[in-house]
Amino acid sequence: MMHFLLLFSRQGKLRLQKWFTPVPEREKKKIVRDMTTMVLGRKPRSCNFLHWKDLKIVYKKYASLYFCCGLDAEENELLALEVLHRYVELLDKYFGNVCELDIIFNFEKAYFILDEFLLGGEVQETSKQVLSRSIEASDMLQEAEIDNSDYDLELGWP
Amino acid sequence: MSPSVRLQEMIRVIRGARTQGEERGVIQRECAAIRAQFRQADNGTRSHNLAKLLYVHMLGYPAHFGQMECVRLIASPRYNEKRVGYLGAMMLLDEKQDASLLITNSIKNDLSHSSQYVQSLALCTLACMGSAEMCRDLAPEIDRLLRASNSYIKKKAALCAVHMVRKVPELGELFTPAARSLLSEKNHGVLHGAVVLITELCERNPDTLEQFRKAVPELVLMMKGLVMSGYSPEHNVAGISDPFLQVRILRLLRILGRNNDTASDAMNDLLAQVATNTDSSKTAGSAVLYETVLTVMDIKSESGLRVLAVNILGRFLLNNDRNIRYISMTSLQKIVQTDHNAVQRHRGTIVDCLKDQDASVKRRALELSLALVSAVNIRSLMKELLLFLSSCPPELRAHTTSGIFNAAERYAPSQRWHIDTILHVLTTAGGDVRDETVPNLIQLITTATELHCYTVHKLYRALITDISVQSLVQVACWCIGEYGDLLLRGECEETEPVQVTEDDVLDALETVLQSHMSSPATRGFALTATMKLSTRITHNVDRIRSIVSIYGSCIDVELQQRAVEYNALFKKYDHMSVTVYEKNGVTLKLQTDRQTDTGMTVTLTATNSTDGDITGLTLQAAVPKSVQLQMKAPSGDVIPAHGLGQVTQTVLLNNPNKVGLHSDTVQIDSFPSTAW
Repeated sequence: MMHFLLLFSRQGKLRLQKWFTPVPEREKKKIVRDMTTMVLGRKPRSCNFLHWKDLKIVYKKYASLYFCCGLDAEENELLALEVLHRYVELLDKYFGNVCELDIIFNFEKAYFILDEFLLGGEVQETSKQVLSRSIEASDMLQEAEIDNSDYDLELGWP
Repeated sequence: MSPSVRLQEMIRVIRGARTQGEERGVIQRECAAIRAQFRQADNGTRSHNLAKLLYVHMLGYPAHFGQMECVRLIASPRYNEKRVGYLGAMMLLDEKQDASLLITNSIKNDLSHSSQYVQSLALCTLACMGSAEMCRDLAPEIDRLLRASNSYIKKKAALCAVHMVRKVPELGELFTPAARSLLSEKNHGVLHGAVVLITELCERNPDTLEQFRKAVPELVLMMKGLVMSGYSPEHNVAGISDPFLQVRILRLLRILGRNNDTASDAMNDLLAQVATNTDSSKTAGSAVLYETVLTVMDIKSESGLRVLAVNILGRFLLNNDRNIRYISMTSLQKIVQTDHNAVQRHRGTIVDCLKDQDASVKRRALELSLALVSAVNIRSLMKELLLFLSSCPPELRAHTTSGIFNAAERYAPSQRWHIDTILHVLTTAGGDVRDETVPNLIQLITTATELHCYTVHKLYRALITDISVQSLVQVACWCIGEYGDLLLRGECEETEPVQVTEDDVLDALETVLQSHMSSPATRGFALTATMKLSTRITHNVDRIRSIVSIYGSCIDVELQQRAVEYNALFKKYDHMSVTVYEKNGVTLKLQTDRQTDTGMTVTLTATNSTDGDITGLTLQAAVPKSVQLQMKAPSGDVIPAHGLGQVTQTVLLNNPNKVGLHSDTVQIDSFPSTAW
């Protein structure tokens, strides 16, 4: 299974973190630090696989973002690359030519998409079309609710 | 105006902060506002405030005060509030927080919600952070969903069950029947979930494993269908139909076929088919091939299939993609012991990978190369390893040197080759060898008796070139100390001899002694070697004595102690006197003052412990024919009584034929007649 998935920028700024096992807050920060240091320190044409403690680390750079995941030792690293790629494709389809800013300003959507693709650290759907349809449907449900609701924006904090 | 604009506005403001301090200020203000909002009644902005808080949390700021808000939002009837609430729960709560228990009820309710998207939220959250207690509580719900729901929910329920089994293994029994029936579904998402669940169940329970072996034919058919099917737009990835599902099926087959002939037989053909037909030009195909190879090597497959698998790995080694080369080598490493001959066939390619740019690939290639060393290929493989050593990255040097030494020790074709190899390593990377290398090499040299002359020549040459590598210098010093006479002789069968004088050799040792590069241990070696040479050389003993005595006052205590003890040895050696005649109160002692190859200076000392003086003492000495004797005048001709005085006489012996001289060669003939 996948233990965690991290997205971070070239400067090491975290854009998304998904943890599939219970990890204390301090430990999470340490892992993020270790991953960013290790991955950002790699030479440009290195292979995409690393070892860290008893986990396999698979990472791939897409434009200015690093997608980095930690896997059990028996996982297939090449397939993990495909998993990362599939997630990028989903983001790209959703946002239309996705870039880092999309993920920064719509981070919750990035999480929603991820939660349709992976569950408990495993792939839950292998068809791109089915995934896109369910993401759209969830969004439509949300939109419909907002349109029908009658709360007043003015009541909120400016 | 869409509500999420306010979230985006906050993000923009935070990003606009020019310093860390400014950012902190903005965030503190926002968090205060959010807190205030949380305390108010429901005003329709709660989800946005929580979303803001989650953003702030991702930047690394504390957000625990949002935990209860997550609980509240999850319980809301509104989908968008639930959505953010569940997201918050997954980010802020984990099983260790008390608040996580509070959402159990909401999850339970949402699992039976009329909207599948709400059910989905509950399933996702449960699979992400469900504690053991929550899992036990909600397992029956999941089992229900596994049996009776649409495929959208079934696939999620399957993975939720996986999580539950990981947390509470006993729950496996509950899910086994449902898992079995899921295999007949058509939907790929559900199938994938089912295969993952069955894998988890089989890994934890041998009985379940036994049970699912019966499903091998079904799985084989499923796999065949995927491989042979035409282009399926829904699941196609680079020409492979649903590689994710294919890989999971292969992994399950691996577990089922392990240690079981029947199951392995049933999947043999399929594996051969996948291995031959899968296009590996892209990562997706390579991933499937990789998993196939792993399965073939782990089950009881036919030898032909095994060879096929190893050949696939060999092909991977030649792939342009670095990732594929890397995983090929990790796989080869796993099987190099069991399928040694098959892997040997790819030795050339593996050795080529030593020159790869990537450090990970290099490391793997090194491991594999060392595992492939055998008596047959030791010479050629060692050449490659030594070449690698001269340019290998620093972090691999220590490992490489110890690997080379082990290989050399096991398979050295000759002692000379062995010594040459070790010397080559010391010259190239002597700073990265283990401490035992020096004594091990010394022992090796000692046993190679015919090679002493050769070895001392090689080491002398190395020493005068470079004295920076401590291990090499230590062995060189030891060797010169032990076999320096062979060096000075100026002849050698195995290599070009050097023409050195004793001074040259002592110069070399003294350079080591005085150099700031030499460690204290190295100096110790050099000093002892210098001392040892005093018995092997003839003209420069004084120089040796002066070198040694200088170190009698050295700051290094170890060196000082050695020097002092060696000095004492010198003195003892000098004044070693022997009693040659003792009778009737007359004692005659003989002492060697100087000894060279061709001569000896001896002092005779006569004492008299009788009551009367002895007068008219003359001494005659007899020596072998070729030795010439010259007796100097005695100091006196009366030996006082009662041991009150002594008479000494110096005798020079010239021994051009280097006949062995011993102290008893000199015989005393004459003794006083007045003794009694």
